[in-house]
Amino acid sequence: MGPERIRLTGITKAFGTLKANDHVDLTLHAGEIHALLGENGAGKSTLMKMLYGLLRPDAGEIRINGQPVTLPSPRAARAQGIGMVFQHFSLFEDFTALENIAIPLDGRIADAGLRAEVEAKARHFGLAIALDRPVHTLSAGERQRIEILRALMQEPQVLILDEPTSVLTPDEAEALFATLESLASAGAGILFISHKLEEVRRLCSRATILRGGKVVAETDPRAVSAAELAALMVGEGVLDLRPVADHALGEPMLHLDGLSVAPEGVHGVTLRDIHLTVRAGEVVAIAGVAGNGQSELYAAISGEGGRITAGQIRMAGQDVTRRDINSRRRLGAAFVPEARLGQATLPQGPLSENIILSWHATGSLGRWLLDTVRTGAVARRVIERFDVRTPSSDPQAVQLSGGNLQKYVVGREIERQPRLMVVDQPSWGVDARAATHIRQTLLDLAAAGAAVLVISQDLDEAMAMADRIAVMHGGYLSAARPVPALSRAEIGLLMTQGESPARGAA
Amino acid sequence: MEMLPFILATVFTAATPLLIAALGEHVTERAGVLNLGVEGMMIVGAATGFAAAVLTDSSVFGIIAGALAGMALSAVFALMVLVFATNQVATGLALTIMGLGLAGLIGQGFVGQPRAAIPPVQIPLLSEIPVLGKAIFTGDFVFFLSLGLIAFVAWGLNRTRFGLLLRAVGESHGSAHALGLPVKRIRLVAILFGGLLAGLAGAYLSLIYTRFWSPGMSAGRGWIALALVVFAGGHVWRLVLGAYLFGGITVAQLHAQAGAIGLPSQFLSALPYLMTIAALLFLSISGRKGAGAAGSLGQPFVPER
Repeated sequence: MGPERIRLTGITKAFGTLKANDHVDLTLHAGEIHALLGENGAGKSTLMKMLYGLLRPDAGEIRINGQPVTLPSPRAARAQGIGMVFQHFSLFEDFTALENIAIPLDGRIADAGLRAEVEAKARHFGLAIALDRPVHTLSAGERQRIEILRALMQEPQVLILDEPTSVLTPDEAEALFATLESLASAGAGILFISHKLEEVRRLCSRATILRGGKVVAETDPRAVSAAELAALMVGEGVLDLRPVADHALGEPMLHLDGLSVAPEGVHGVTLRDIHLTVRAGEVVAIAGVAGNGQSELYAAISGEGGRITAGQIRMAGQDVTRRDINSRRRLGAAFVPEARLGQATLPQGPLSENIILSWHATGSLGRWLLDTVRTGAVARRVIERFDVRTPSSDPQAVQLSGGNLQKYVVGREIERQPRLMVVDQPSWGVDARAATHIRQTLLDLAAAGAAVLVISQDLDEAMAMADRIAVMHGGYLSAARPVPALSRAEIGLLMTQGESPARGAA
Repeated sequence: MEMLPFILATVFTAATPLLIAALGEHVTERAGVLNLGVEGMMIVGAATGFAAAVLTDSSVFGIIAGALAGMALSAVFALMVLVFATNQVATGLALTIMGLGLAGLIGQGFVGQPRAAIPPVQIPLLSEIPVLGKAIFTGDFVFFLSLGLIAFVAWGLNRTRFGLLLRAVGESHGSAHALGLPVKRIRLVAILFGGLLAGLAGAYLSLIYTRFWSPGMSAGRGWIALALVVFAGGHVWRLVLGAYLFGGITVAQLHAQAGAIGLPSQFLSALPYLMTIAALLFLSISGRKGAGAAGSLGQPFVPER
């Protein structure tokens, strides 16, 4: 291990009554890739913002290269050799890549001299970048390379990366790891924030784990299992799904028969000849890399969008191919879209009003005037039954955290007692505790006799929940296979190469 | 043909205040601040400039005083918008109302007093060129200053580090703050620059264009300047083109009125304003509404602590 780059001692930061960081200690050495692990809201980003001069700690000491420092601004932090790659990119959309790189460099403009330096740096680290294109035309991976290159131009001794791989393809992530390893071997200290445990175990030699603003452990991630790391992050026992009792499967509730859908918009995926059956009491998951037609499939099943060019959708035995979402709801279907705010809920509306969004199709909410007593009662029942943590008795949807809002949306649909539940990305951006709660809720729903279809990019989630998994690739859906007989390698192959459509019957 | 240099010169005179005010607002909006108080800053510049010129018997001093008065009013706007993070639209409208009232007060004792013209500047040799020489290379010093300002703004925004940072702050103040740029300080400079130019444009109106003061004499030119900035969509050359186009229409309608072409004079006087609406409508219909505007235009900036 090289010399000590950073030592944080007793760092404390409170927002109102919430202690985001509570006496956090952390040490980073030169040449080290150090993981900062924790759930959403554990205080990782707050800690890093203090190290980058964006927030001021209430108490505690920051030492850089042994010297105590105060960091009143990001400029001061950069002057101390600290660079940061943000989770939500801090790029300027209408500017070219080169201009974006010039902005934080004191005294520089986007001229030929800077271009030469940037190109040299990019070659050295093998980062391919089109410097003259406006950022809004670039992919997520390209944008991140700009952010990294921008940080590298300042010759940082310490580089902070906040969940850098969440937007990358596996290949792009591998390329990033190679860059980080070469940086570390050149003497930089790297702080790597993530909650992808396998990635951390592959890349990092040390890990500091935060829970509820406190350091709960510092460990070598390669010496412990991913399950042990997960348990440290979320506390004991909350990650396990309770197995449901054996139950018989009933009638087919959802049946897609040779469904082909033309997409809306220019960037959509065309769905081709999709066959799928979900029976009552069964959980079926659709896995796949994002952007392979899952959104289009959800829209077609819910009746929200897409032009059906061939095939049939049947729900509860009836042909609903040409029917709208409300008549599908009246047949016992319930839908949870991917976007919690804006699609599943009205952000500014209180939870009691948001009940109406799906309940109006089937519930009696008043004939002429809205029955606010009833909507309020339904909202309270959802909040109690599904453990929705709210800041007040009837808050606006936007005031809830992602996990609690998702619990509310799922709960709102389950309160309608659906016979078919279709959920798009049930735990996207939700902390582990809420995710487990939502998954358990859906399993219980299936055990009670409903058909459940889950569309998920999280393979662990699909494996944990589903009786059968089908994989989406390039607008085709593979046959749904029983989970116990299915290996990860097999699913991985289906995700990247798909399956010949001729075999597609389930 | 003898009329042509004279007509061209009047076009430039009519266009110059629009151009100067619009250049200032262009810079302010590039920094992400929407200041709808241009009309107010302009009229205060006109009143203060005229009053100062009469009191000191110096039109040059009057022009400087007018510009500073516009800047002082923009400092009030900056205080509200940057420190108290008020709504920029409401604050800008209030600034215009306040400016109109304040100008009436300042100019109270000066209504109807005439001022002599500032002697024109003649560029040696170039002013001897037939037609163009008298139109372009002979004029008041503020006209030449406005040409310099075009180059200064275009070069400053696109070729200097400060221009890069100013545009970055306007594009996304969140990203700019995350990178440690002094968002508020940069915006303060942009707002003050906008106020300085609006005041200068106002002083030009009362001391060079009309050469007398009367309340409400800015007559909506501040709003036309704002429309020009929208029309320009972030390009200085389009702003210049638009300003001279409007100057041309203003002069054309004057000549049309004199020439009695049979249209009511009220309609002809309304022509520049109708053109403003037509230009904005055209931008809207062609689907370019808001295109080229700075990304965080009009949004208050409140950093977390």
